Amino acid sequence: MNNPHNYLAEPAADPGHAATNVARRDFLRYSGAGLAVGGLWLAGCSKDSDTPTNNGNLLDVGSGDTGVLNYAYALEQLEAAFYAQVVAGGYFSSTSTSAAEKAIFNDLKDHEAIHAAFFKNALGSAAIKALTPDFSNIDFSQRTTTSGKLGVLNAAKAFEDLGVAAYNGAGRYISDNNYLTLAGKIVSVEARHAALIRELLGTNTFVDSDVVDITTTGMEKSKKPKDVLAIANTFLADGSKLSANKLN
Amino acid sequence: MDLFQIIDDISKVDPEVYDRFDSRRAAFRNFLGFGKKVSAAALPLAVSTLFNKAYGQSAALPQAVIDTLNLALQLEYLEYFYYDTALSSSGLNLTAEETRAFQIIRNDEQLHINTLRSTLGSNAFRVLTRADFDYTGSQNKTRGALFPALGGTSTPTSGQFTDKAVFLTVAQNFVDTGVRAYKGGAPNLNPPNASTAVKDILEAALNIHSVEARHSSRIRSLRRGGVQSTALPKSWITPDETPATPPLPNGGTQAPNAVGPYNAGNPLANYPPESNVMQGVTPVNVQTVTTVASSTAGAEAFDEPLDAATVKAIAKNFAAVPTGTTGLFN
Repeated sequence: MNNPHNYLAEPAADPGHAATNVARRDFLRYSGAGLAVGGLWLAGCSKDSDTPTNNGNLLDVGSGDTGVLNYAYALEQLEAAFYAQVVAGGYFSSTSTSAAEKAIFNDLKDHEAIHAAFFKNALGSAAIKALTPDFSNIDFSQRTTTSGKLGVLNAAKAFEDLGVAAYNGAGRYISDNNYLTLAGKIVSVEARHAALIRELLGTNTFVDSDVVDITTTGMEKSKKPKDVLAIANTFLADGSKLSANKLN
Repeated sequence: MDLFQIIDDISKVDPEVYDRFDSRRAAFRNFLGFGKKVSAAALPLAVSTLFNKAYGQSAALPQAVIDTLNLALQLEYLEYFYYDTALSSSGLNLTAEETRAFQIIRNDEQLHINTLRSTLGSNAFRVLTRADFDYTGSQNKTRGALFPALGGTSTPTSGQFTDKAVFLTVAQNFVDTGVRAYKGGAPNLNPPNASTAVKDILEAALNIHSVEARHSSRIRSLRRGGVQSTALPKSWITPDETPATPPLPNGGTQAPNAVGPYNAGNPLANYPPESNVMQGVTPVNVQTVTTVASSTAGAEAFDEPLDAATVKAIAKNFAAVPTGTTGLFN
């Protein structure tokens, strides 16, 4: 993941997995009797062959509702740190930056700072530590990605879309509905952010196919915690990288 | 139709699809035997039967889940036909950008309807049409119109829209009400010890909820004249919108007297107005939880849920027939 464009890209098809699918299809097509053992056979080639994210040096967010709240707190910390740096950065300070974009970034900075502070307060002594971000792949002087580094709008889009997919994917791990409602109160605001940032980058991209299934279900493409953290960790310094091994 | 290709495609988004079939092996085997006898024309029906057996769960859905999804379904129809009518209303003079935005939104609503109907199965509310809705708010000429520009006074259940500003304002009100409805309904989809099937429904509803919020953000930016405008409204709900949005007639029961897209629901403690700043199980004032520049950020940073009774009381204003067995939002 050295190329920052990868953060925004659809996962590339795994050639090995594609070959497996072909084999699976032929297997089904030509062996009706094989269905009886299909479950077992497939278990041997399940998708869980991804590289483990837990390399022994990760901070785990914990389990249960506290785990979900810490997971959310971590992502909000990342967003809050990002926007704090945006409004202190070259693009925001430039006289050529539009008044609308400055107002938007100011609001996003405030919203995310509030979210992070709120979770810290709610978690109390159960809160994970203050995380150290690594924004070395972001160029805070550029509106959009021009060279290898992400422009601020591209990075904002990545963070906001990731946040929405993360909250949506984590809702099922919540037991106490007070916390489910709380997450719901925040995620729709993140979705409002995401749609607006996307519009700044391209007209009528507020629900494009990279984030929403616009052909069959009309649903946001929620992400599981481990998939979210694989991306979030690329913006966190060593010692602040996360795992969510108990949220599954 | 290549059934195996379809199943294989499903496996990319649902790795458990083979297991689903396998656990209902008898159903699949029956299907294959049946398949030898059916004509190509009958195949889609046979495939649909197969998938119902693999995914079908509506018979076992808890009533609270069914009720919540059916309210969501009616709201999706309310929105779908609203945007559909706008897109065929030449008098609105929508720009190319506006037209494209509402085509995208209408498409999402159609897909949400499909998703909800397939989840509900035989429990789904009846299929609705344009004639089920009166966007003027006259409930098919049984009372005065609230928004005469949204269908006229002679044929309000089929008439075209004629005023863009009114159309956009009510669109925003509909979609923000929808966001609040999904948020308020989510706990019903998360009962204690919920099954995986119900958790999947919860996640699906959350994945619709955020798409509705994206729609609201877009409609709000259209209202202010584009994303580079500094005019109001913002893409998120500001606290001034609660008192500034006139309340609607209360068409239901168990809802507050003043219902509206940004007003409080019932009970107030659980469903505060959108201007609320007290958040958390032990409420704290989020405007002061940290130092921020904006005096409105605390209310903006959190959207609020709305209870089903209040959502119905709002939506009933736009039903052609609000009461009786064929009535909507009951």
